[in-house]
Amino acid sequence: MTLDTIPKDVNARVASVEMNGAHGLRLMEMGLVPGAPVRVVKAAPLGDPIQVCIRNYHLALRRVEAQSIEVTLGE
Amino acid sequence: MSAILDTPVIDQSAPPLQAKREATIVVAGNPNAGKTSLFNSLTGLRQKVANYPGVTVESKMGQWTLSPELPPARLIDLPGLYSLAATSLDEEIARDILLGRGPTSMSADAIVVVVDATNMVRNLYLAMQLIETKQPIIIALTMFDLAERSNLKIDVEKLSDLLGVPVVPVVAKQRRGLEDLAKAVRSTIDRGRATSVVPLADGKDDHERQSKLIKRYALIERIVSDAVDATNEGKHSVSERIDRVVTHKIFGPLVLIVVMLLVFQAIFSWASLPMSLIDNVFSALGDAVRAHLPAGIFTDLLTDGIIAGVGGVLAFLPQILLLFLFISILEDSGYMARAAFLMDRLMRAVGLHGKAFVPLLSSFACAVPGIMATRTIENPKDRIATIMIAPFMSCSARLPVYTLMIAAFFSGRKVLGVISLGAVIILAMYILGIAVAIVVAWILKHTILNAPPPPFVMELPPYRIPDFGNVGHALFSRCSIFLKRAGTVILAISILLWALMAFPRAGSGPSGPDGDKVAQIENSFAGRAGRLIEPAIKPLGFDWKIGIGLIASFAARETIISTLSIVYNVGESPDNKSSLVDALRNAKRTDGSPLWTPLVGMSLMIFFLLACQCMSTVAIVRRETNSWRWPIFMVGYMFVLAYVASFITYQGGHLLGFS
Repeated sequence: MTLDTIPKDVNARVASVEMNGAHGLRLMEMGLVPGAPVRVVKAAPLGDPIQVCIRNYHLALRRVEAQSIEVTLGE
Repeated sequence: MSAILDTPVIDQSAPPLQAKREATIVVAGNPNAGKTSLFNSLTGLRQKVANYPGVTVESKMGQWTLSPELPPARLIDLPGLYSLAATSLDEEIARDILLGRGPTSMSADAIVVVVDATNMVRNLYLAMQLIETKQPIIIALTMFDLAERSNLKIDVEKLSDLLGVPVVPVVAKQRRGLEDLAKAVRSTIDRGRATSVVPLADGKDDHERQSKLIKRYALIERIVSDAVDATNEGKHSVSERIDRVVTHKIFGPLVLIVVMLLVFQAIFSWASLPMSLIDNVFSALGDAVRAHLPAGIFTDLLTDGIIAGVGGVLAFLPQILLLFLFISILEDSGYMARAAFLMDRLMRAVGLHGKAFVPLLSSFACAVPGIMATRTIENPKDRIATIMIAPFMSCSARLPVYTLMIAAFFSGRKVLGVISLGAVIILAMYILGIAVAIVVAWILKHTILNAPPPPFVMELPPYRIPDFGNVGHALFSRCSIFLKRAGTVILAISILLWALMAFPRAGSGPSGPDGDKVAQIENSFAGRAGRLIEPAIKPLGFDWKIGIGLIASFAARETIISTLSIVYNVGESPDNKSSLVDALRNAKRTDGSPLWTPLVGMSLMIFFLLACQCMSTVAIVRRETNSWRWPIFMVGYMFVLAYVASFITYQGGHLLGFS
């Protein structure tokens, strides 16, 4: 299951970030490391990008990037 | 509990501060962590904006009194960064300075790392990297009041123990903790400067880097859970509730439109009074100088060249001030990130980033502040693409040209019986500009500025009431940059253009009645150039007199009106528009046919829409891209586009039977 597919306001945890290179590292540096709790807040009016809550702050990212973030549902 | 991390390697031989040496301290931190507020509180008005050597990113420098008996320390405000693994130009510069690879004048005696107490885990990531380099670090824990209010209980002493560096809670606006911060910095510096920066051991490949990163986060989480007692987990924040409206599917775009309208309205109507005031002051000044100095070439240079040129620049200041006032407020409050969030999908269709929306919107008022606002775009190619299309947004300087042409050739006509043709034409000009910008952006992004799309990973900071001190500081620095940098170039070009119209001197007295002025212009280099380019602009429907206008209006578009007034000998007072309209309607070609027709007016408007006739824009693009390559390219391709479009308009119009 990836971050772009989970319903909003459901608690999940990051399992892994499947993106190589500097961009993948940046996602992780922003706090999306395995085990971190994450929640989808909403999508922008045109469906993309999406807003997620991670480590008590809000982050916007495009669905393309969210696709590379594997998550597991539940606390 | 003992420190988890080693204490920094210190050089005891470094001279202590008592030796009257000016200490250099850099302030680093994540974007939105309260870095600028802290910097402003520490330095007050004793700060200036400077450019980092060789690059276009600004640095702010200020003086910070660490203690009364020492000379004030030099405080450098670095661009915000999330990590030492930099991804944008801003971040690269900050990283180089933090790792001691920057210019030696910026090598730091101590680093103050700003950490947002309400968002500690992510903010500590950068702090942790810097601690690993074993440089003298002091952590300033900002937003401490917000953390207290949201029931975050932070054991500062424990945190400092666990991190192995001093941690000082501060509330910049209320000036809380600033003394303690100064004390902590002083004692850190007194202990000596680090002998060298220990390089980050982040590994060579992705795998090693990732595992290092995960370990770092695990350590931070352990420290934070030991030192912080959080009880408000899971609660929906105020910001999230505001976002329910502001980024709502329907209300979100509506709010955006209302905000845009408000900004437009302010720039168009509120700025017009101070603009005409500045205009009047400068023309009065010019008259006064003319009245008190003997007529002659020097007086002409002073009045027509320097005073008129400087006045022309200053007239834009109210619009720039207002625009930046709004941008700073929107930025400080957190709304700007929401606008980018709403617009990203649309902007991406053209190959641009959501953050390009605001600069382009600003450019409808004036491309100069719009281009200055592109700095928030991280990817340099995206930023240049945005700069290249910003001048297509129909700015306020084109309006006088449109209104003159409409008054002369399209007034009184209606479309569908109710809407005035003029309004439709002006709207069409705006839409044409946007359409051309979209096409050009698409082409640029698929050719010379082709790059894999950078990830859109953008923090949506919590909404905050803008700090008016910060807004004031930002306004002041924007204005001084505009006046200093663009002003010098604009002044030089004004003098050059004046010289082109003033030399060689016609036979009679230099500033006699208007008749002499006409002779002067016809004979001047500009007049000769007008005749020279006549064959080239004839297919567009223009004669040599319009040619002079085109040449003069390279300085600024609205100049064509004063130039045409001189060429058609209708005097220069501002309320002579009607006489200029009559003069245009009566002007004849050599064969007796009318020179100005609606088709010529249309062709001219399209030329003015698409050509880059604005030296302020050229100067600011030169400054923002730090090379002459981009401004020259911009002037060139926009001129070609303007020529081709005018050609098609005039010739195509002829073929279709319009006149």
